[in-house]
Parts: sequence; C-alpha cells; structure tokens
Amino acid sequence: MPVITYRQALNETLRQEMHRDPNVMLMGEEIGVFEGSYKVTAGLLQEFGAKRVLDTPIAEEGFVGMAAGAAMIGLRPVVEIMTINFSLLAIDQMVNHAAKIHYMFGGQAKVPMVLRTPGGGGVQLAATHSQNFEVWYAYVPGLKVVAPSTPHDARGLLRSAIRDDDPVVFLENLALYNTKGDVPDEADDGDYTIPIGKATIARAGSDLTLIAYSRMAVLAMDIARRLEAEEGLSIEVIDLRSLRPLDRPTIIESVKKTGRAVVIEEGWLTYGIGAEIAATIQEHAFDYLDAPVKRVAGVEVPLPYAKVLERAALPNDKHLIKAIREALYGTRS
Amino acid sequence: MTKTANVEPATLSLAVSNDPVENTAYITDFSNDDPAELRSIYRMMLLTRRFEERTGEMYTKAKIGGYCHLNLGEEATVVGLMSALKPEDYIFTNYREHGYILARGVEPGRIMAELFGKDTGVSRGRGGSMHLFDIERHFMGGYAIVGGQIPLATGVAFALRYHEQPGVVICQMGDGTTNIGAWHESLNMAKLYKLPIIFYVVNNGYGMGLKVENGSAEPELYRKGCAFRMHGERVNGKDPIAVRNAVQRLRLMAQDDGEPAILEAVSYRFRGHSVVDPARYRDEEEVRRGREDDPVLRFAQNLLDAGILTDEIMKTMAEAIEQEVAAAIDFANSSPDPQIEDLFTYMYASPVANMPGPEDALEAARIARGEF
Ligand SMILES: Cc1ncc(C[n+]2csc(CCOP(=O)(O)OP(=O)(O)O)c2C)c(N)n1
Ligand SMILES: [Mg+2]
Repeated sequence: MPVITYRQALNETLRQEMHRDPNVMLMGEEIGVFEGSYKVTAGLLQEFGAKRVLDTPIAEEGFVGMAAGAAMIGLRPVVEIMTINFSLLAIDQMVNHAAKIHYMFGGQAKVPMVLRTPGGGGVQLAATHSQNFEVWYAYVPGLKVVAPSTPHDARGLLRSAIRDDDPVVFLENLALYNTKGDVPDEADDGDYTIPIGKATIARAGSDLTLIAYSRMAVLAMDIARRLEAEEGLSIEVIDLRSLRPLDRPTIIESVKKTGRAVVIEEGWLTYGIGAEIAATIQEHAFDYLDAPVKRVAGVEVPLPYAKVLERAALPNDKHLIKAIREALYGTRS
Repeated sequence: MTKTANVEPATLSLAVSNDPVENTAYITDFSNDDPAELRSIYRMMLLTRRFEERTGEMYTKAKIGGYCHLNLGEEATVVGLMSALKPEDYIFTNYREHGYILARGVEPGRIMAELFGKDTGVSRGRGGSMHLFDIERHFMGGYAIVGGQIPLATGVAFALRYHEQPGVVICQMGDGTTNIGAWHESLNMAKLYKLPIIFYVVNNGYGMGLKVENGSAEPELYRKGCAFRMHGERVNGKDPIAVRNAVQRLRLMAQDDGEPAILEAVSYRFRGHSVVDPARYRDEEEVRRGREDDPVLRFAQNLLDAGILTDEIMKTMAEAIEQEVAAAIDFANSSPDPQIEDLFTYMYASPVANMPGPEDALEAARIARGEF
C-alpha cells in the first residue's frame, strides 16, 4: 500500500476524475497559476488548461452560484474556497439555491457540484481565519457534508462527492494536508469510493465510544492508542466521515455496546455537532448509558492570535483525556 | 462558436436608445412583420393579463397561499422578451414570473396548479407562485431570494460556452435587484468569460415601495455595466415589438460574439408589489398616468389601426382566453394534492445511506393523520 499525504490524495483524485469525466472542472480563487492557497490543485492547470482549471475573481457568492448554475445543465464543477471562513460570502448560493433546486422544482434539475474547503485553527491565523462552520451546512437538508480525516478517506470520499448528483460540501482541514496514510494500490483497487452517509469504526473497543471527524478524528485515534498502551483502556473510535446524512445507527449501536460516549469537535460547543450526537444517544440509547455523554469542543471565544491564548482555546489531548476519564470514572470534584 | 468579440472599449456604446423620447415612442410600422406572429404576441399579452387577474381573485379566495406577485402592466415587457427567444435558450427569472412561463408555452393549467400547490403543478407543488420551473422548455426557475438567480444564470451561460453549445441565457430581474452584490459579481464574470447572457432588468419604478432613484445611485440602470465595459440599452417596456427587436439583436451579440449585455425595459406595475399590497406609497396621479398607458390596450389599438387585428378577431380571442383560463382554474381545482408519503421525494438526486426515506415519510403521514 502506497503512503501518500492528504494533499496528494486530493490532488491525484482531482486529476483522475478530470480524466475520467470531461464534465468535471475546477474553479476557485488562485487555483490555477498560483496552484491553490494550499497547493491542492498543483500541476492541474498545466495538465488540463485554463478551460478546466478556472481562476475566478474574488467573488465567492458569484462563482459558487455560477458553479451551481453550470451544474444545473450537467457540468460537474469542483469549487475550491480558500478557507471555510470565506464560504460565508457564498452561503446564500449554497443554502438558498444549491440545496433547494432539486427539491423545490420537483426533481427537474440536479446540482452535481462539490465545494471543497478547509476549516480549522491552530496556526495563529486569529479570529476570522480559524473557524469551523461545517455545522452550518450540515444543518441544511438538501446538502451533503463530508469530512474525511485520512488520505484514504479523502480519496474515497472525494470520488463519491464528485460522482454524486447533489451538492456536496467537502470539508478539509489546514492541519491535515501534510498528514500521511495508506491508500490502496492503483492495481489493487485504484477506483475505490467511500459511501456518503456512512461512519466508520476506525478502531474497535469495549470501554467507551469516542466520536469525532476530520482533524479531531486523528487526535481521537492517537489518544485511544495512547490510553490503551498506558492504561489498558479499550476505546472504540467512530470517525463520522459524513456529517449529513449523519450515520446515527453506527453511533447508537456502538454506545449500546460500550455504555459510555465522548464526542469531540474543533468548533464551538453550543448548538454544535456534539450537541446533536449527545441528543441522538440520549434518545436512542439512554437505557444503555452508564455515564452522561461528554462533549469536548472549542472554547467559545473568537480565536485569539497569541500562541498561549490560541492553545488554551482549541480542544487538545488534555481536554480529551479529561473528558474520557470523567466518562469512565465520574467527575472528580 | 463563441468568438472573442473584437470590440474596442472606446466603441462600446453605453447608450443605444436611452433617449427619453424614444422611450415613449411606439413602433407602429409593422410592414416587416408577420401578421400571424403579431397576433400571437397580442394573444399572449391578453392571456397573461387575464391569467393574472384571475390569479388575484384566486388568492383572495384563499386558493393560493404564500406571496404572490403579478405581471399586470408588464405584459409587453414579458411577452416581447419571450417572443424573441429560441428553444435552445434558457431563462431565469425572479418571483414575478407567471407571464414568462406562460409565454414559454407551458400549459396554463399546470401553472395554476402550482399556484394551488397541487401535485400536477409545474414544480409538483413544491415551489408555489415564486418557484415555477419547466426543464423541457429551459425555464430554469423563478427565484425569490432577490438576486439569487443572477449567479445561477451566469453559470448556465458558462456551461453553454464550456460545451460550445448554441443559445443564450436570459437573466430576468427587477430594478431593485441591480443593487445587490450578486449582480456586480456576476456581471464581472459574464464579461470576463465572454458569456452568452442578457441581464434583463424590468424597471417597473419600484422595488417594493422604494423608488428606483432612492435605491440606485445610478438610476439609469442600463448604464450600470460600465464598470465591466458591458454594453447596456434601455427600451420601452410597454412596446412588445421594441422589446422583441432589442432582445433579438442583443441575443445575436451574446451568442455569436460572446458579448453579454444589460437590457433595461421600462415598465409600470399596475398593482401593489404583491397581491396583498395596497401600494399607498404611490401618488394617485402617477398611478393614473401609468395605468392609462395600458400596454395591452395600446398594442391592440396599434394592430387594429394597421389592419392586423379586427374587432371580430379580438372578440373571438378574448372569449377563447376567458375559457382557457377558466379551464386552467378547473384543472388546478380538480388536481390532487401531493402525497405526504412523498414528503422527502426529490430531496436528493443520488440516494445515500441514512438519508430520510419512504419510512420516514410514512411516519410523517401517520402523525399528520393523528395516528400515534
Ligand atoms: C435577498 C432578499 N432581500 C429582500 C427580499 C424581500 N423583497 C422581495 S421583492 C423585493 C423588491 C424587489 O424589487 P425589484 O427587484 O425591483 O423587483 P419587482 O418586485 O419590482 O419585480 C424585496 C426587497 C428578498 N426576497 N430577498
Ligand atoms: Mg421593481
């Protein structure tokens, strides 16, 4: 199995999908000549030309809507928004238009587009450039939202997203681009996809269920491994992979088995993904719970610039270990 | 297909027919026109008039819900535009769109059924008055978020160019809509990428109650493309033939030369912004003058004068239209409601795991029936 970075997985998948289907094209700010703010589209302009790798003006609402419109008559645009913070300028086109067109017009037009964008903080970009808005999109029926945490899933989910006939928000993360992982050999299963709407049990365990996605799923795996090695704990990790549709059955089944759950997300706590998952567990697995569900999330503050403050505001290994201990042994006062 | 237009910026005329005199002038020389086509334009204007009047009635009878905006007074603007389009063209509109989809040839019954929220409606009862759609006739939707249709329409023009397909996109909107960000972003891209699109601005004098000049620092709306070096024209929106001629010309420019344009059609809204708006903010004298110059009556008179219509033809036409609209209402009335079991149908085009499905809809139907 070759080992590649998350960035390479995305780049190669875009290239393969563009070769596979002439309707697949890319648009976004600085994705061509500049090769993307995070270099995900490196080399694609040279390979496919300016028609299929379109450098757009700085006009998020305009070009996201243009992609949605083009998709209505069969193009399959993959749009890059530099970071999810800037996607707020395009939210009307995603939420009021892309998400509604198929339903509101009685199934007469599809919107097969992908909006790729990284979220996340931790690199001192301060309050406006370090946010997590995936929950805003995951809130909306009509959109699909995926958030892979490994190169393997990034490739499989990007393929699924591009081939899907609905608008898909594809969440990346600034801190994941350089992470490495296995992907299947081209010869073996070079065309694998990962189903949208399905979580994965990234690691089986029996003492507690730890639920996460995107970069926090990487952290969750690290901590689960560490606590097994150091304390003999058996932690089951669920990587959600899709935020809408949400794979409730996988979560419920796991919690019925372990009786305890911790959920971690990088975004803010109030009204967050963790809140939804905690509610799901109490509705469907209440009688199986041995402890209250614990939520770990970002501190509710505009993310500050200074390293010491930023570190204190983002969820990390310490927050997670504390929550796991509380779920296992109760809150110590 | 779409050649790069070799137009020097300096020769890009901004003002082709912005002369206020021309703005009130009507075309009365029909010698180059096919009489049958002129009669069918008149017929469609009359159908729109009658359809909208009856729609207003149906609203007061609570057959129609939500917001409902009429094209009364704007019939020439609507039909003039539509009569210039080819089957391969696409059209996006705002929520004031009943007349446009009628003139695109969609059966009045299916339109009225949509207003009634019926399963037989053009959007299968999921959209209502503001969200009419017909994919076969390339009628790409009424949109009720002001300006929402502009980037989408630009996108269809982009896809046409990408595939080197013939045809143009019409992006219809109101005067007030030229102040929204999406307008500026889309015009810039349309010109940058040389897209086959016409931004068709219906200047009916008002947003809801806000006068054009109180909302736009440049009240001559056809000039608003100048920052993008985009061609703009103003036309008398009460004259269907003037509108049609302008659209035909700009259509070819957009399609063959990749020169997008703004066409501002000056019109007048006979009634309030929506059917429930008494429009007290307009002064009586203005309304009287606006209504006096009735585009349907005036076009009829011009065609009578030219011998293209006769009183006899007009009478027969009016009776047929009366019946056609009555039949549309009957069709809507007798059509079935959508099934609650189809609540989630059409939400996603590609089925995936864990999305709501038929069982969730059955559950919703049971609860709606009080079975729990
Ligand atoms: C983004 C947005 N803002 C406000 C509204 C409320 N609204 C609906 S119609 C309208 C006026 C639009 O005027 P104009 O573009 O001139 O179109 P007209 O109704 O005259 O055809 C407003 C403010 C809306 N639907 N969408
Ligand atoms: Mg108006």
